[in-house]
Formats: sequence, C-alpha cells, structure tokens
Amino acid sequence: MLSTAGAEPTGNGPPLPTPTVSMKEGSDALSVAVALFYAIAAFTVLCAAGVAFSTSIVYSAFALLGTLFGVAALYVCLAADFVAGAQFLIYIGGVLVLILFAVMLTHRIADVAVSNRSVGRLPALLIVGGTMAVMLRAILRAAWPVVDALPDLPTTHAIGNGFLGPYVLPFELASFVLLAVLVGAIVVSRKELRS
Amino acid sequence: MPGVPLQHVLVVALVLFGLGLYTVLTRRNAIGILMGIELLLNAANVNYVAFARYSGSTDGQIFAIFVIMLAAAEAAVGLAIVLGIYRNVESIDVTATHSLRH
Repeated sequence: MLSTAGAEPTGNGPPLPTPTVSMKEGSDALSVAVALFYAIAAFTVLCAAGVAFSTSIVYSAFALLGTLFGVAALYVCLAADFVAGAQFLIYIGGVLVLILFAVMLTHRIADVAVSNRSVGRLPALLIVGGTMAVMLRAILRAAWPVVDALPDLPTTHAIGNGFLGPYVLPFELASFVLLAVLVGAIVVSRKELRS
Repeated sequence: MPGVPLQHVLVVALVLFGLGLYTVLTRRNAIGILMGIELLLNAANVNYVAFARYSGSTDGQIFAIFVIMLAAAEAAVGLAIVLGIYRNVESIDVTATHSLRH
C-alpha cells in the first residue's frame, strides 16, 4: 500500500513500467493485510464468545479486554487511526478498568450462583438467532454503495474539522453530558453522611 | 481495506452484536449485562467505521467517537448505580432489585 501511495507523486517518468512493479508489491502487501484482517476478526469473535459464554464474571471481564483490543485492531484495519486511539484510551483504559473495579468490589469470587441465567439458554438463542437471521438477510440483500480504491489517509484532521464544523452542537452537548455524568456518578456512589 | 468486501466486516459486527445480545439476555449479574451492552455498542461502532471506510467520508468515524463517549458515560453511571444497589441489597442480581415493583 505504501509503495503505491509513494509512486503517485513521482509520476514524471515513464508511466507503464512502474505501476506493474508497484501493483505486484501492493498485491502482496494487500493479501497480508487481508489475512491479518480475518485473523483479527476471528480473535475478536472468539473473545466475544468468551464474554458471552463464560460462567465466571472475572473471566468475562478479561475476555472483554481481548474483544476491545480486537475491535481497536479492526479500526486500524479499516484505516480509522483516531477512533482506534480513542478506543484504546477510553474503552480499555477507562471503561474496562471501571468494570474490573466493579467486579472486584461487588463479586464474591467463590459465589457461583451469581451467574444464574435469567432468560434461559434456549429462548435467548432463539431470539438471538432470529435477530441475526433478519440482519444477515439485510446485509446480503442490500445494495451497499461502496467506493473502491480509497487511499489510507490519516483521519484526525478531517475529524477535528467535523467536530468544530458541522458537528459542533453535538460536540458541545457531549461536554455537557460528560459534566452531568461526572456529577451524577459522584452523587450516586458517595457515602451519605448523616450528621 | 480494499481486499475485504464490506459485507464481511458487517458480518463480523453482526456476530459481535449477537453475542452481546445473548449476554444481555442471559445474565442476571448486573455487571455482566453492562458488559453485554459494551459488546453491542462495539458492534455498532464497527459498522459505523466500516461504512465510513467504504464510503470515503469521515462522518461515520465522528459518530463512532460520540458512541464511545456515551458508552464511557453509561459505564460510569451504570456502575455507580450497581455499586449503590450492592451497598443496599448486598447483591448485584437484577432480579433482587424489585423493591420498586410493590
């Protein structure tokens, strides 16, 4: 990919021989990238299955760590560098640590009864299977508008322009929501002092 | 990702969504349900980023960042509520918190 991107600006020479060489190198790198994508996808799905089917909530939390790592790697594969960084910082550094804290604070490790099922395996599998079948049909039937051969450019500049341009109102509302969440979480989780 | 069809990315997100839905439906542990919600939000985010990638615009990535922000907020408030329930009821089983039902 880098070789094809680098070959474009130096297009003054004879155009025919250079594209064939860079296409060959590019297709090699492409197949490696494709194999890497499927490997990361398999890892992510396996870890998510660990979250769903593990009987211990601690194992589920660590499987969630693997899932979030895998999703961040998928973002990198999809050329979303800033979103991958945000995933690392916020999800893995923030949300997962919060969840682990909550697990350690509330869970009696030896208690098995916490992992009782609420709906039951079979109805849950029926609901999930029906939902997934409908969505899979939609995925395969719909005519997705796909633009081919896009270069992998850094996205941070465009995202920053989006936040301060067309999306400035939700951006400012997000800061307000975060302030409310900060105050609310502190108020809900503090100990009440009765004097 | 020119070598991977868009449908394959969507199917990966679909499997993540199904596993998250299964987690939400079957857990009685409140923290387990929150983990399932995180899986659902991640599946939606993969879809957003995939659509952004395959349409050549960054709007989907901006939405993904909003979703990440709201997921962090939801986790903070949700876990604070779970800790509050645990202090009062000594359990995080969601079926034990039916005192508002009566």
